[in-house]
Amino acid sequence: MLRQHPLVERYAPIVTIVLALIAIWYIAAVLMNLSLVRGGFEREEAPYTTSELIAGTMSAERPLLPAPHQVIAVFVDSVFGYAPTAPRSLVYHSMVTLSATLLGFLLGALLGIGLALMIVHSRVLEKSLLPWIICSQMVPILALAPIFIVVLGAIGLQGLLPKSIISAYLCFFPITIGMVKGFTAPDPMQLDLMRTWSASPRQVLSKLRWPSAVPYLFASLKVAITISLIGAIVAELPTGAEAGIGARLLAGSYYGQTIQIWAALLASAILASGLIGLVGLTERMVGSRMGARP
Amino acid sequence: MPKTLKPHHPGVTLRPEGRQPSVVRNDPVRMNSQADATVQSAPAPQRLAVDVRNVSLTFQTADGAVDALSNVSLQVAEGEFVSFIGPSGCGKTTMLRLIADLQQPTSGTLLVNGVSAGQARLERRYGYVFQAPALFPWRTIEKNLKLPLEIMGFSDSEQKQRAARYLALVNLTGFERKFPWQLSGGMQQRVSIARALSFDPALLLMDEPFGALDEIVRDHLNEQLLQLWDKTGKTVLFVTHSIPEAVFLSSKIVVMSPRPGRIIDVIDCNFPRDRTLEIRETPEFLKIAQRVRVGLRAGHSYDE
Repeated sequence: MLRQHPLVERYAPIVTIVLALIAIWYIAAVLMNLSLVRGGFEREEAPYTTSELIAGTMSAERPLLPAPHQVIAVFVDSVFGYAPTAPRSLVYHSMVTLSATLLGFLLGALLGIGLALMIVHSRVLEKSLLPWIICSQMVPILALAPIFIVVLGAIGLQGLLPKSIISAYLCFFPITIGMVKGFTAPDPMQLDLMRTWSASPRQVLSKLRWPSAVPYLFASLKVAITISLIGAIVAELPTGAEAGIGARLLAGSYYGQTIQIWAALLASAILASGLIGLVGLTERMVGSRMGARP
Repeated sequence: MPKTLKPHHPGVTLRPEGRQPSVVRNDPVRMNSQADATVQSAPAPQRLAVDVRNVSLTFQTADGAVDALSNVSLQVAEGEFVSFIGPSGCGKTTMLRLIADLQQPTSGTLLVNGVSAGQARLERRYGYVFQAPALFPWRTIEKNLKLPLEIMGFSDSEQKQRAARYLALVNLTGFERKFPWQLSGGMQQRVSIARALSFDPALLLMDEPFGALDEIVRDHLNEQLLQLWDKTGKTVLFVTHSIPEAVFLSSKIVVMSPRPGRIIDVIDCNFPRDRTLEIRETPEFLKIAQRVRVGLRAGHSYDE
């Protein structure tokens, strides 16, 4: 029976969902672009049939909502149609954003873990730091980003680093919250054990608190890495960056190139899932070394 | 479950030379004469493993002060096996935690091996076995055993050697590379006992180590623990709420009572050191069990 084939069993639900989403997308594209295309026909006073109208909604040059095949065509063209270093290549822009993302992620992770360590080890710091950490996330980053860029530019920092700092500013938060939880995860009995062996605070940290926090670390890293990608893209928006996915989005919206916007969005989605996949892979590798149940 | 502990593992020579564990009474005045009577070979002065004098511990809670322990005194000589038995809230676990310096008394003095409890903890004089195995799930069994050794700065070769030796002692050789979740509850608890023994402390504090295990596994581990005690000559303080377990294992049974936590009876219990589970059917055993039960009943305030 076809139905019982393991491959079918595994992928049938995924394929069904994807097909359903594409179908909905096509229907939405037709509905949203209908008046635009009809307007075009009427301006030219040309006779048109319904099928011409529907075909028009899927091939408009600047549609409100481009059809999936249009997005994919532009995406494929801008990924494979140019040298990876060409300014029209999506690969080039993705790499620019990716480098800011990774640096920002690294900075954010270090900051997040550092803050969590301070909070866990001192009640005074917990009381004084935590409100500020929470406040920092209440300010819209879109308002802060230009200020950051201007201030950092004034002290001579340009290009990659300001973007990374904005990205780090966004992504340290889930790591701090997750790691505070993780560092305080050990069982009281395990802490008592360390005490009976008169372990130093450093040993308690390295041999008990750190390993206990690892599951929390990866959960928060997964959240953080997507946030840091968003941070890097957002940092490119208000600053008139010339390269990066954010710059591509901005240029697309200036010139009404909706298909180009969607292609850039597709690139960032692929980037994000790749990054999460990477964190997940690392998590599985670390997990198997740390005796996680399969 | 693997077979019983091999009675004399060739690699295990834990008993320190020249020390003769002996049983003494609670009364410090009579203690010396008792010691003189039992120690034949080495007439060394009888040392106290634990000396608790007039210790009280009061918790401040929202409902007012709670006397966890009230004016408790107890002397335990080296090499004794002392059980603490009593209903919940009688302070038996608290007693162990005070001796381990996991909590501090409100008043009174508490000496472990002749020094303060805090000093004894810093000198790593005791091993503690908790109610749950409390193994570190990310470490293999061998690495769990090595953990206290790592902390105490033993050399790598010493760590490896000791891990092998103490795994053999609790009959878990071959499980080095397994993770804790791959072992049964009883096996995990044996690992935690081996871990407490691994740095060879003279004093072993055990807080209901077999409380969560079923009767059969528990009997089995009781026998193993008794052999271990006989073999190593360690002092053991053992919290339980099982009367047969207390009578079977101990050289001295301390009966405690709650509200306030206090000692109401200390019962000597001198069965031969190589006893087996069969002694539980003997009249002597039942007599001591009966005395423990009477003591417990007297202390049970909710029976009124």
